[in-house]
Amino acid sequence: MKFDETTAGIALTGLTPAPAQQWGAVRMIPLLRQATPGDLRLRPRKVDAAAVKVGDGTTYFAFMPHAYVMEWTDDGQPVAAVGAQLAARGDHTAARRTPILHRMAKREDRNALRFVPLHLAMEGFLALHFGGPDVAWHEYSREALASGLSPRSERAMPGVWIAGLEEALRVFEIHDDQVGVLVFVADALASAFVVPHPEDYRALHRSLLSDFYGELLFQYGLLYREVHSFDLEIDATTISSLAMLRAAVAAGREQWHEHSALMTHGLLVRTTRWQTVHRAGPFRLRRFIGELDPEHEGHIGEAIQRTDGTLEYLKTYRLSAAQVRRAYLLERLAAHDWHLGRCAESFGDTVPALVVRLRNAGFGYLLKPHILRGL
Amino acid sequence: MSPVSASETQTTAAARVAHEDLVVFLNACFACTGQREFYSDGHEQTVSIAFLHEYIRGNYRRLYARSLAAGVNHFNQGRIVLELLSHSEHLDPADRREEGQLCRAVLAALPPQRAYRVLLGLRERGVNNRRTRAIVREFLAQRKDLAFDALKYRSKLHALVRHVHPPLPGELGPFLARGWHARRYKTPLLEQFRRAHFSAEAVYDLPFTVAEGLAARHRIDRKLFLKRIEPRLTAGERLRLQSAAKRAGLELEIDLGRAPLTRVALYVLSLPEAQRRARADELHAALTLSARRCLAAAPLPLGRVAAVLDRSYSTAGSRDKPRRPLAVALAVDRLLAAASREYMSFWTGGPLEDPLLVTPRGQTDLATPLLAALETRPDLVVIVSDGFDNDPPRGAGEVCRVFRARLDPDRRTTIVHVNPVFDAPHLGPRPLDRSVPTVGLRDAEDLATVLAFARFADGGLSLAELEHYLAVRAATLVGAPVDTPTEPAS
Repeated sequence: MKFDETTAGIALTGLTPAPAQQWGAVRMIPLLRQATPGDLRLRPRKVDAAAVKVGDGTTYFAFMPHAYVMEWTDDGQPVAAVGAQLAARGDHTAARRTPILHRMAKREDRNALRFVPLHLAMEGFLALHFGGPDVAWHEYSREALASGLSPRSERAMPGVWIAGLEEALRVFEIHDDQVGVLVFVADALASAFVVPHPEDYRALHRSLLSDFYGELLFQYGLLYREVHSFDLEIDATTISSLAMLRAAVAAGREQWHEHSALMTHGLLVRTTRWQTVHRAGPFRLRRFIGELDPEHEGHIGEAIQRTDGTLEYLKTYRLSAAQVRRAYLLERLAAHDWHLGRCAESFGDTVPALVVRLRNAGFGYLLKPHILRGL
Repeated sequence: MSPVSASETQTTAAARVAHEDLVVFLNACFACTGQREFYSDGHEQTVSIAFLHEYIRGNYRRLYARSLAAGVNHFNQGRIVLELLSHSEHLDPADRREEGQLCRAVLAALPPQRAYRVLLGLRERGVNNRRTRAIVREFLAQRKDLAFDALKYRSKLHALVRHVHPPLPGELGPFLARGWHARRYKTPLLEQFRRAHFSAEAVYDLPFTVAEGLAARHRIDRKLFLKRIEPRLTAGERLRLQSAAKRAGLELEIDLGRAPLTRVALYVLSLPEAQRRARADELHAALTLSARRCLAAAPLPLGRVAAVLDRSYSTAGSRDKPRRPLAVALAVDRLLAAASREYMSFWTGGPLEDPLLVTPRGQTDLATPLLAALETRPDLVVIVSDGFDNDPPRGAGEVCRVFRARLDPDRRTTIVHVNPVFDAPHLGPRPLDRSVPTVGLRDAEDLATVLAFARFADGGLSLAELEHYLAVRAATLVGAPVDTPTEPAS
């Protein structure tokens, strides 16, 4: 995977956080957008495909409940007739059936692009150093040298498994100009979700349940019953008129900028590497991988950005600690030309210790059996 | 239910705790119906209200009985009667008599289907003693047309009769036992019922709910059936069947102004927006007329009033109570408009061109309309909301607290929070803040009662005053002279 840009975090350009609503252990911060030109729209499409031919000969298998179709206009005019399809009344067979999807993002029309949300990012994550060792050091197994890391797999949890998420989504009160949400489970950032238009958000709000989430959030959902509510607190002694009271309430609302900035530090500030997947008019569909450091939280995701930097679409996935560790090991190995000795040295460790780490991370199959046996 | 500080004596602490317990209980009884709400499911609601009933019955028996007269909703009235009748050991003869009178008065006033269901609860619990038998006997004796009941509530009456064995007049005994299998009845209504099993023509003389099943049996066309049964429809059935009749291609005439206010509001909210616009004049007139009739029954003279009304998404209610919180807000809006000298309404989510077009949508920002309401310097502010304030969280609560503490310490403006939703985990309607009384409300028609009760929820009045209030209301209900015995507080 080739990155074309590195930034310090993701800028939520054009978005304003509003006070959070929490239910049980789930806290959700609405993201509002004041002006929506409407020249980009997203709509969901049900798919029942389990495989995507990525295009370079590999195939990506996963449970994919839906795809998004983005439609745009080049001249900035609002998109008319979203999702119009000619079909007989009562004809519920999907007009465009796609048992096997071709490519993660595929242009379907001059101004329509279908892509598989989150899987686009996940596929990018799995493809990290997918080719395996670049140099045929003798420790690596023949299989690793011939076919790289294939098959590489990761696990994630569907939203319905996260205790309380469904109820929290049900009772959430959507703002009129809301285009996105930051979802926290026990105050760990589970996902950031932004769409171009408030109507798209209303249509896609429930789809957060059919997305997948890291293992940590599943555990947090089970472990924590309740999170603390950030209630408004006004210092009564400073108030002497209704106008001052009104100002105090407005100030309390402003505080949400700080709260949300603090809670999304891991996503918004840490180094993020980007890859552009598709260009469409003034928009770029890109996927990104956040900093991979076992000490910190790691996020991957995808975004659509306008040329002026406005964030039109964002969807992130929080990696579990084991997933971050695995990717981190691969990165470090690759950085040292897959040489075990040099890599171990960079960790300040011995080669056997590194081999143990590799084996524990699930990469034992990359090494020759006698090396593992000799531990 | 709150901790006792060291300075309080045992007795005053006991009185305060009793007062708080009763306020919590009565508040719950105004709002809760054991049905699912937006934020909690039906099971939570049932468990929560059942606990409250048992707790209050066990500790404050006499006040528990008298709360039958406090204007609590039908569900809780029924529940109290059931609790009283199924636990009656070691009772004073005087208390026993008073309870009996209250139960009798309440059962007579309840809608018959509810009264029958309460009495069947006795059967479910296996309660069958001299007292309950007398109550059932008296209940049946005061029913105007028992033959009609035997028809319309046949299974209920049958079950009750099998449990209690009361004397039945005329042919009712054989009717309940044999139904339409008998050869012939002398009572015209019963005979009609028997004949309707054989003749499609006889169906139209029966009550609608009975006729409906028989019509299906005779395969009568729905449109024809509705058209011919129309004169027999009750007002409630007419309202309920509006859309069904429209589907069948029929207009059912209704007199909306005669329906209870909250029902009219629910009906208005059930209509699509285009229809509400098209029929705006008619619907407005109906709401106003209904509000006036309601005020004639329970006068509510008010001065300068501002209402803060919640129309956030959570007022959509639940599958069991669709749109009820919003309907209560709309009904209170119309009621206050008719009752007060000067009236201003402030909806959440910005001004509304016409209250008829209100829909449950968006977040709850109570602070902004509340500040706007306070700026008009009213005598009374009524907040109708489920108490889940989230933009910012607890915004309205803080506004109330600071307003009370700093801007209006001598209480020139009264603020009352009226909550149509029972929040099961907190055993009552969810409050905004301690400085503002929160009262439950199921039907907007009871607004006068709950506003009177708000004084107790505010904590300004003592237990003795609450006891007196209940005693007076109980005496009025049973039609007896007022005496004020006091309940031992411990």
